[in-house]
Order: sequence, then structure tokens, then C-alpha cells
Amino acid sequence: MMRKRFYNAIFASGIGFILTCMMVGISLNTEGTTLKVEGASAAQWTWIGIGISLVFLSQLFAGQVDAFLGAVPKPQLSKLLPEEGKRAMLKPWLLAALLVVMLVWPFMVSRGSVDLATLTLIYIMLGLGLNIVVGLAGLLDLGFVAFYAVGAYTYALLSQYFGMSFWACLPLSAGLAALFGFLLGFPVLRLRGDYLAIVTLGFGEIIRILLNNWTSVTGGPSGISGIAKPSLFGLEFTRRAKEEGATTFHEFFGIDYSSSYKVIFLYLIAVILVCFVIYVINRLMRMPIGRAWEALREDEIACRSLGLNRTMIKLSAFTIGASTAGFAGAFFSARQGFISPESFIFIESAIILAIVVLGGMGSQVGVILAAIVMTILPELAREFSEYRMLLFGLLMVVMMRWRPEGLVPMKRPHLELKT
Amino acid sequence: MTETSLYVIQQLINGLTIGSTYALIAIGYTMVYGIIGMINFAHGEIYMIGSYISFIVIAGLLGMGFISLPVILIVALIVAVVIASTYGWTIERVAYRPLRGSNRLIPLISAIGMSIFLQNYVALSQSSRDVALPPQITGGWTFGDPSVFEVSFSYMQLLIWSATLLVMVLLTLFISRSRMGRACRACSEDLGMTNLLGIDTNRIIALTFIVGAALAAIAGLLLGLYYGVVNPYIGFIAGLKAFTAAVLGGIGSIPGAMLGGLILGVTEAMTSAFFPSEYKDVVSFGLLVLILLFRPSGILGKPEVEKV
Repeated sequence: MMRKRFYNAIFASGIGFILTCMMVGISLNTEGTTLKVEGASAAQWTWIGIGISLVFLSQLFAGQVDAFLGAVPKPQLSKLLPEEGKRAMLKPWLLAALLVVMLVWPFMVSRGSVDLATLTLIYIMLGLGLNIVVGLAGLLDLGFVAFYAVGAYTYALLSQYFGMSFWACLPLSAGLAALFGFLLGFPVLRLRGDYLAIVTLGFGEIIRILLNNWTSVTGGPSGISGIAKPSLFGLEFTRRAKEEGATTFHEFFGIDYSSSYKVIFLYLIAVILVCFVIYVINRLMRMPIGRAWEALREDEIACRSLGLNRTMIKLSAFTIGASTAGFAGAFFSARQGFISPESFIFIESAIILAIVVLGGMGSQVGVILAAIVMTILPELAREFSEYRMLLFGLLMVVMMRWRPEGLVPMKRPHLELKT
Repeated sequence: MTETSLYVIQQLINGLTIGSTYALIAIGYTMVYGIIGMINFAHGEIYMIGSYISFIVIAGLLGMGFISLPVILIVALIVAVVIASTYGWTIERVAYRPLRGSNRLIPLISAIGMSIFLQNYVALSQSSRDVALPPQITGGWTFGDPSVFEVSFSYMQLLIWSATLLVMVLLTLFISRSRMGRACRACSEDLGMTNLLGIDTNRIIALTFIVGAALAAIAGLLLGLYYGVVNPYIGFIAGLKAFTAAVLGGIGSIPGAMLGGLILGVTEAMTSAFFPSEYKDVVSFGLLVLILLFRPSGILGKPEVEKV
């Protein structure tokens, strides 16, 4: 037994050496026109050595490691929560307290953190939207960023060419993104899960390529700049009003101009949008359509034999998910003031997917927590920022292997008969 | 001959060249899909790693003063194939085998994670910029009237054609004649039954990953020499194209993948001949959508029956 494990460990470390020696141990460098090969520094070789010895030891003591991990109790998050009855009583108060904190908090901290919070809220919106498609309906969409792009470009173009305001464009952006979702979904939703994933991925790429090349309308790779910011009932957040006769926010209230009002205002809009999205999704989940999504995810054949219209159900999930992304997109372009196809690459879709997967597919609380973690952690650990995507990828693999249900697994709203 | 027809012939040559490398990558997708029914999303990254390894070997040998080109290429081929296969095997062992038997989406998400991981691993350990290798194989033949349009067929293109042909013949012989090949075919027919009959299916699955990775590494070497440029992000789009080729030919069918790769390559070359070349990706993804809609089983594939 020990002997077999020893051979196993030697084999594993040998594989580890083959994998790392050429990639990490040797690097390619261009000098003038010739390509030079350079050995890695001593520090890098030390890291390779450490990695390989870790692999060796973990394989050698695999049995003990497994026993140790098995002995560690799994965190029972649900035990931490108070009882069902108490929770139902506490819930409205907690939500109200949370809302108050969310509204008061930005006035007390720096501009940078409010801005970061706004970005987090955008990712929460995107995560919630994708959660409908992937988590509830079980359709893997790898081109979600396409709908985000449609929403963003809708607002940018309408405001650029027709001078329409943010508030008028918001429903239009969501509607157009939903239309795109409908048009794409109608033919492809008949496909099986993994084909669907690839087709949506291709669709995302097509949208990006079109945006990049349709230079006369979208400005091509240089994007659209100078997108108007949202206003509060016609009050602008600039130092001076753009048009003659219009008043700005600080003039109207007779306070000194400060650029942080605009940031806080954007943050508040994001909070309202996120609350709206959460509310709508929660309502939908309790409706027959929401239950049908989950039923379809669990067993498609059973659903069909019960007479559910598979295409309509999938299509509704796809369309509603897309419209959420459209919302987020319109808000994103209003916040940035500048958009280009660079913001809508595949990696962005992968990040949103990672948020949903880490949070727990289907679980709203999980998705929100994951979005917060995923946007704030890279900001906190800036020196590791180049390792960010590497860790994202690794995390996705590790989560699928050990905790495929996510950090906060989904709980269906249900009633229990008490005896 | 007129200018247009010569131009079309030139694009046909270019298209078949690119298409044969797509076919090599597509075989990896199709073999894995045929046996365990999952899309190995990280397969494109294996191609990219194969390209990198062969660049490292070629540049290293040139730097050490070797001049014999065939020796350099053969050494590069062997090293790239060995290392890429090791990557393929490890990916299967680490990221897919523990997930076997779970919901379809779970291995796919794990594969996407693996793909992102490998991309960034190479970008960090090498560099995220383009690495260029000066052309090693130069020269070729030209046909046609120089005053109208000259069709050129380079030695590099000849190498790609003949290498692909050789690999395809060897693979077909391996699948149809050898014991392992027979086991592979049995596994794609019915995995559970094959297991019952005393064949170690885990080994056969690992073997398909190794073979697929080896073919991707060969494609990596050939395309690396052809384009002369490599960066950590080439695997994504190449993988997507190869997957399209596999679906076009009928996923699960090896001759289908070969055919699909060639058709896709020629279609792309023709598109970029008459439209701006940025739209060639749009055309190939559009093609993918159309095939999936109207003939999901592809040209040579068997229609899939849904089992309860």
C-alpha cells in the first residue's frame, strides 16, 4: 500500500515537473528580430521545486489528507440563522436596516469607495440576470455580455444621435436587449445544453465583431465618448448647465458644487435598479413561470410530459435575463461616459458566470455575495491583480470539484408541516 | 484564366491549409465528445501550449547552433507532442474525471475555468505579448501569368498538407486496426457496456485526451510556423473554430471532423476574399448556428436519440 502510494507520488511529481519545466522554467524573449530562449531565475526554480514537493507530499499522504479533510466539519451556514418563525418576523426589519445603511453609507466615505460600490452593483445586476438563465432555468449562456453590450450601446447611441435622456432610454435599452434575447433564443433554445453554450458564445463574439467594425455608427474600436450622465428630474450634476436657462442640481438647492454629488447620485440609481431587479425576480420565482423554470432545469422530459411548453418557458427566462443585462448595460454606459467594444469581451461573460457559479446557481443571496467578493477582492489585493484571472479560473475548477452547489446553496421558498 | 478564377484558386489553397489545421484540432473535440459527451473547452489552450513549446524548442536549438532544419522540426514536434499530451492527460485527471456522472453543465463550467486558468498561466509564465519567430521554411512554387495574377503555393503549405494527411492516415489506422482503437470505438458506442466487458474505460478516456492533445500540438507547431506569431490568447478563437468544424462534420465522427475542418477553412478563405476579413469570424459562427438549427447531427454524424 505504502509502496504503491510512493510510486504514485513519484509519478505525480514527475508529471508536475514536465508540465512546469518548459513553461515556467524557460521563457521566450525577443531581441531585435531574433527569438532568444532564457532560463528562469533561481527564484522561479525554487517555486517550481516547492510546487513539485507539495504535489509529492500530498500524493504520498493522500489517505491522511483525505481523512483530515473529512474530519473537518462542513460549515453549516443555515444553523447560524435563527429559527424559521423568528426569521420571518425579523426579515422586514433587517431588510429595512440594510436599505437605510445602503442609503446613508455613501455620504460618509470617500468618492473612490462609492464608485467601487456602484461597480459592484452593476455586477450584482448582471449576476442576477445571468442567474435567471443559468441558475434557475439551467441554460448555460456564455454570451451574456452581448446583451449587456446591446443595452450599453442603445443608451449611448440614442443619447448621442437623438439626445434622449437616461430615464427614457433605460426601458428602451432593456427592451432592445430583451428583443435580442428573444431573436437569438427563438431558434437556438431547441438545442441541448452544451450546444446552446457554444452558440451563445458565438453570438457574443458576433456582436462584439459587429460593434468593432460598424465604424460609421458605433465608432468602431475607439468607441463612443461623452455620453450624457443621468439627471434628477431635469437637474444636471455639472458645474454649469449645458443649455441656457436650465438649472443644475447645486444651484437649485443652493449648495456649493461638489463632484461627489454625481457619484453618490449614480450610486443611488444603482441601488434603486438593483432593488427593482431583486423585487421582480423574487415575484417571478413565486409565479408559475418561475416554478416552471426550475422544473425544466431538473427534468426536461418530465416537464414536457406534464404539458409544459418548453420553448416558451426557456424563451421567457432568456428574455428576462437579457433585459436585466440591458438595464445594467444602459447604466454602465451612463456611469462610464465612454464605451468601446473592449468592455464586452468574452472574459466579461466568464466573470459573470464565475459570480453565479461561486455564489451558488439559483441562489440570489449567494450571487450578491459573490459579486461583492469578486469586485472588491481584486481592489484590495492590487499587487496580485495580474493573478486575478488565473485565480478565477482555478476557483471555477475547484468549486465544481468540491462544492458545485456554490457558497450559499439555493433554498426554495417552501412551507413545512410542523408536527 | 481570368484574374478572379486565379484568385479563387489561391484562396482555395490558403483555405485548405488553414482548414487542415482546424481539422487536426477538431479531432480532439470530436473524440472526447464521442466518448464522454462533453465539450472540452480547454482544448484550444492545448493547441496554444503546443505552439509555445515548439517555439521554445526551435528558438533554443537555433540558439545552440543547430542548423539542420529537419532535425530541429522533428525534435520540436516530439517535445511539443509529449508535453501537450501531458497537459491533456493532467487536465482530464484533475478537472474532469472527478466530475464524471454529474450534471452536464458542471464539467463544462470546470472546462471553462481550466481554459481561463491555462491562458493566464501561459500569459504570466511567458508574456502576454506576441512572440514572433522568423520564417524557417521559405520559398515555394508559383503558377499563372505574372501579369494577371500569380498563384503561389509555398513549401510551408505543402508541409502542412502532407503532415496533416500523414497524421490523418495514421489516426484512421490506429482507430480501425489497433486493439486500443477498437476499445475507443466500443467506448463511444456504449461506455457502460464496454466497462462491463472488462475494458478499463478510464484508461481509454485518458487515451482520447492524450491523442487529441497530441494532434492539437501538431497543429500548434504547423500553424506557429505558418503564421510565425504566437500569443497566449490564440487558443480561444482557434478552439471555437475547431469546435465549429467538429459540429459541421458531425460531432463524434472522426472523418466528419476532418471534412468539417476543410469545409470551414475554405469557407473562411472565400469569405475573406470577397468581404472585409474581419467578417470571416462572423461567417463561421453564423455557419455554426445554421448547422445546429437545421442539421444538429452535422454532415456525417448520427442523429442523437434522447433517452429517458
